[in-house]
Amino acid sequence: MNEQNLWKLLDEVKDPEIPVISLVDLGVIRSVDFTDNGTPKITITPTYSGCPAMQVMEEDISVRLKLAGIKSFEIETVLSPAWTTDWITEKGRKALHDYGIAPPEQVTSDKSALLGHPKEVTCPNCKSRETKMLSQFGSTPCKALYQCNDCKEPFDYFKCI
Amino acid sequence: MEQREALFNYLLRLADNSAILGHKLSQWCGHGPELEEDIAIINTALDLLGHSRSLYTYAGEVEGKGRSEDDLAFLREERKYTNALICELPNGHYGDTIARQFLFDQFNYLVFSELVKSSDETLAAISAKAIKEIRYHLRRSIEWTLRLGDGTEESHNKIQESFNDIWSFTGDLFVQNELDKVAVAAGIGPDLEAIRTEWRKSVEAVLSDATLQTPEDDWMHSGSKSGIHTEHMGHILSELQYMQRAYPGAEW
Repeated sequence: MNEQNLWKLLDEVKDPEIPVISLVDLGVIRSVDFTDNGTPKITITPTYSGCPAMQVMEEDISVRLKLAGIKSFEIETVLSPAWTTDWITEKGRKALHDYGIAPPEQVTSDKSALLGHPKEVTCPNCKSRETKMLSQFGSTPCKALYQCNDCKEPFDYFKCI
Repeated sequence: MEQREALFNYLLRLADNSAILGHKLSQWCGHGPELEEDIAIINTALDLLGHSRSLYTYAGEVEGKGRSEDDLAFLREERKYTNALICELPNGHYGDTIARQFLFDQFNYLVFSELVKSSDETLAAISAKAIKEIRYHLRRSIEWTLRLGDGTEESHNKIQESFNDIWSFTGDLFVQNELDKVAVAAGIGPDLEAIRTEWRKSVEAVLSDATLQTPEDDWMHSGSKSGIHTEHMGHILSELQYMQRAYPGAEW
């Protein structure tokens, strides 16, 4: 199987906690290479240091490859360069939005993310910009909890890091 | 001290800080003052646990004796832990937890901001990952310090008392020993004296914004860097190590 087909295959592996986005679109799968003897080598990186889903992700990748008849492969976890929300693809952002999770609003070079000014986040339900942060942490480490002031719906916001 | 040994001990010190404080925070699970806070504090605990896992795993590799992250986290004697004393203090009420967290987050933030430039590439990579999360922790603990300090008379008085009580444990964060000399010389980690100046400035600014008094430096506890802990540490370890002591080698 060539590299392009491997990427296509890996794009079918979804995030275990947000099952609408693939690990490729999330930016968790960093690279697909081949070792000297032709064994595929997949490099992955965690979104958060304590992400409890890493092991499941590795297993899911492994299952998908085996189902495709690939028996021998390597999966390596790397920490550097550190994952950033900038790596979520356009397709991934749209999938998050359609699922009811507001995608990250800005690139991480925007320093307001660090200075404590709550960002304007668009409500994924009614598109209102009138939203407020309820808590800096949501249902998973990578999300914060917001509420829309117009439609009153609470929603998850994918934090910029 | 040989450099490899120094790196090993340095990694353990960092890992112990994260593991012990992460463990203390995890004890809030199901007991937070409100649901959102319960989730937030546990997420912080999870991040710290993640940092300690990366650091212990790497420490095990550096040591080269085949010890795993679990061996290092669960199977050492109290005197071998070198986490800062502030990390092992009781959770108390939520103001106590927030005061402890802010003072530590500010320290951790400054230290990891330097560690991303460490001469050791793996430590720099772990730190580059961790600093993003620590920055977020700091932002949150500053917000809570402001909210409680500049809140009601009751919340103001309570958190002021928390800062007064905890203050004598902050000196321990900056005590330097032989290990620090080697680490600074080898470019592994920062000079804590420089960190102390920055820390003091930032803490004073936040406490002042929160209408709180920065306690005066008086007698300070110390000892963590040579493994001398408060009475709380033994209680933490007896709980934390119970499983591995009762069922040696147990795995998930």
